[in-house]
Amino acid sequence: MIAQVSALLRGHAGTTALALVGLGLLFGLPLGLETYVLLQVTVYVTFAILALSLGFVLGFGGILCLGQSVFFGLGAYTYGIAVTDMGDSTIPVLLSVAVPSLFAAALGYFIFWGRISDVYVGVITLTVSLIFFSVVNSTAGPQYHIGAAAIGGYNGMPNIPGINLPFEPDDTLDPNGVFYLTMGSLLVCYFGLRWLLTTTFGRVVVAVRENERRVELLGYDARRYKLLALTLGAAIAGLAGCLFANWGSFVGPSVFSVVQSAQILIWVTVGGAGTLLGPVIGSILISWLTAVLGTQQTLNASLVLGFILLVFVLVVPGGIAAVARRARTAAARLGAFGAARRIGREAHPGARP
Amino acid sequence: MTEMLLETRALTMQFGGVRAVDGVDFALAEGELRCLIGPNGAGKSTFFKLITGQLRPSAGEVLYRGRPITGLEPHDIARLGMGIKTQVPNVFDGLSVRENLWLAARRRHVGRAADRSVEEQMDRLGLGALRERIVGQLAHGQRQWVELGVVLAAGPELVLLDEPAAGMTDDETRRTAELIGEINKTHALIVVEHDMQFIRAIARTVTVFNQGSVLVEGDVADVLRDPRVRDVYLGKKVAA
Repeated sequence: MIAQVSALLRGHAGTTALALVGLGLLFGLPLGLETYVLLQVTVYVTFAILALSLGFVLGFGGILCLGQSVFFGLGAYTYGIAVTDMGDSTIPVLLSVAVPSLFAAALGYFIFWGRISDVYVGVITLTVSLIFFSVVNSTAGPQYHIGAAAIGGYNGMPNIPGINLPFEPDDTLDPNGVFYLTMGSLLVCYFGLRWLLTTTFGRVVVAVRENERRVELLGYDARRYKLLALTLGAAIAGLAGCLFANWGSFVGPSVFSVVQSAQILIWVTVGGAGTLLGPVIGSILISWLTAVLGTQQTLNASLVLGFILLVFVLVVPGGIAAVARRARTAAARLGAFGAARRIGREAHPGARP
Repeated sequence: MTEMLLETRALTMQFGGVRAVDGVDFALAEGELRCLIGPNGAGKSTFFKLITGQLRPSAGEVLYRGRPITGLEPHDIARLGMGIKTQVPNVFDGLSVRENLWLAARRRHVGRAADRSVEEQMDRLGLGALRERIVGQLAHGQRQWVELGVVLAAGPELVLLDEPAAGMTDDETRRTAELIGEINKTHALIVVEHDMQFIRAIARTVTVFNQGSVLVEGDVADVLRDPRVRDVYLGKKVAA
């Protein structure tokens, strides 16, 4: 029994180590960080969830979704509107996942059953995000409201009530609680997606990315797999939107903006498309860098980020993940080389190293 | 008359002003091995695309076991039991050989049975040594074999092979011919091929396509002796 467990752990050494790191961060950071810093980290983690959603859709589903911000924004606004109307956050949190998912399912139905492919998917999703941006932008004024919640147009929705314990509207989460929720969500999404990619569904999704025609000639309906992948990505992005609105008690139309969509794409590209950890790391690094750059006046932050993106696209198309993989291979080779030398020395003690 | 496995009636595909396939009546019996030959542009690959649902015919009908399948989606047709190896290797280039075969086997088998089926096909095709290799990095001939493995692992009843020996060495071609004979013990096959040696090695009945229609059909020896076939196809080859 113990041997079996240890064999299982050895087989999944990387996953186990990562899970321990994740749990360590989940419980360690609130102890070690000041509240202000913890709040900052919480929003980075929120962005990491968002990056993860596109990392899955783009990197594994092969779907060029340039409008991931649509699902993020829908999640944020759904939460904001629903929680303002309901008071208790339990149902609004669920809605903030359900609404973007349903929207993605409807959008994806027209895209994939219409046999629209590749770059046109990008054009459509980008356009949809622009539509949302301008529609929501033009809803300032008291006549635009859903229930008691004013949508607020370009002013956004301020004073969004925070998330409370399920069905306990008076028990709102404190900053530590929000961090636990956000970091916990990231861990669940990350490990959930990793597990998903080992299932038949996940493997077929990757196969569709590799060769859609072959998948169909084998008898799988590729459209269905792409639709589900897009919808799942939207659900995760919606959750990130909910956490984002909860974090700042605010949501404005800029969540739908092209800048927001581009931002997500940059996180994934810099971190490494085709991996799950890459986008997570990419989003946290870039968000942190943006914050640091914002504190000085010498360099324009957008200029620096643009430069970084260019460097990654041109020089390291695989992103940070690819660099890490190469470094690991190189280290393994060096290790093997060192071991060979040691063995050589032991075999020929007189030989000079 | 026994029911045919595959039948087409007046099958036609028009691209603009060109009739790539023009009123083809074709019938394949259960367990039969049929070779399709014809010059380039005769409509053989288009014919395959029409049968497998990759193209929707302009007119005419395709029947599988007497059931009309015209206009069905490719995945629906594949599920009926049709497997195709396309002219350009159509594999999952970014995935391992084993994953390629597993994705095919998974259509029919669940869990361990899928893994077993993958192992069987790898043994049969001698792909065992390549199992963890990424298919995109393999030589052209090896990728052809991987695609054969993918088609067979899906367990089809009817196997369509579009130029299975293209780009193979003589030795690989010979093994492919043997394999086709072996597959034919349990499956019906349609094979498109240009290599005459290969056709002679495997064929019994041959259908000759020319300019989108069936020029002649019959026993391989008779067909290859037919002067019309020589004119449209072999004659050109010899002249070239």
